[in-house]
Amino acid sequence: MIRNGSALNGKRSLKLMIVDDSNIMRRRIERSQQFEELQVVGTAANGIEALELFKKTDPDVVTMDLTMPRMDGIECIGRLVALKPAVRILVISALADKATAVEAMEKGANGFLNKPFSDRQLNEAIAELMR
Amino acid sequence: MLYEQELKTFVEGTTNFFEVAAQQPATIGSPYLMEGSPAVHEYTGVINISGKREGVVYFTAPKAMLTVLLMKMQENDFSHETMRDLVGEVANTISGNARRDFGRDFVISVPSVLSGENKPDIPHKPGRRSFIIPINWRSHSAKLIVSLS
Repeated sequence: MIRNGSALNGKRSLKLMIVDDSNIMRRRIERSQQFEELQVVGTAANGIEALELFKKTDPDVVTMDLTMPRMDGIECIGRLVALKPAVRILVISALADKATAVEAMEKGANGFLNKPFSDRQLNEAIAELMR
Repeated sequence: MLYEQELKTFVEGTTNFFEVAAQQPATIGSPYLMEGSPAVHEYTGVINISGKREGVVYFTAPKAMLTVLLMKMQENDFSHETMRDLVGEVANTISGNARRDFGRDFVISVPSVLSGENKPDIPHKPGRRSFIIPINWRSHSAKLIVSLS
């Protein structure tokens, strides 16, 4: 497990929500993240589910897919940030064009990781997000 | 019309997927022009393309290959639903990565999946060419089918 001494707001435990329409990806992110201060509070398969779960669990950190049914990740990011401006959001998406990354950042995302990714890349991206 | 440089984008995307996600490179064969209906494997992930280009991208693979791929990804659920999830995710990843070259107006759908006897329907339209990119990984063979106008 990785300790991150500069975790958000000095909290000891941070709540993580994972949003992706692929079950495999949700399990992969949950299994591969190695930060002992991150506690997974739930997973969602689309933006609508993510909003509902966000209101129930108040996560500090979110990983967000972009291409999803019902509500896509870009719209969901804007809504989550409106609910909680301090939330830290890492986009994890196959969409590899710069314009999409810029749009996600403008909506309030704090990091962008392209699929496919290695465990090391995932943990580096989360560490950067929590810095 | 699909050009050689554009095909290279999909070849590189496929190569990258297996190198990173499966931690074992695949051998990608020379793409060839599809004639008639393609033979597909047990599971096929489908991404519809719209925007500045129109068409479809398929990733089709046998269950045996997907099972090993899941093992390499540390997954321990090998159910029918997980196989469907995986082919959709592979098709989505390769298609999404193509936006690095095609740009954001290369709009990709959420994945849909065909399994069993269902065959993909690739309409023949004027100005559209369909290519098959052979993928060999370990002892298994799969295909990426790219049909764009």
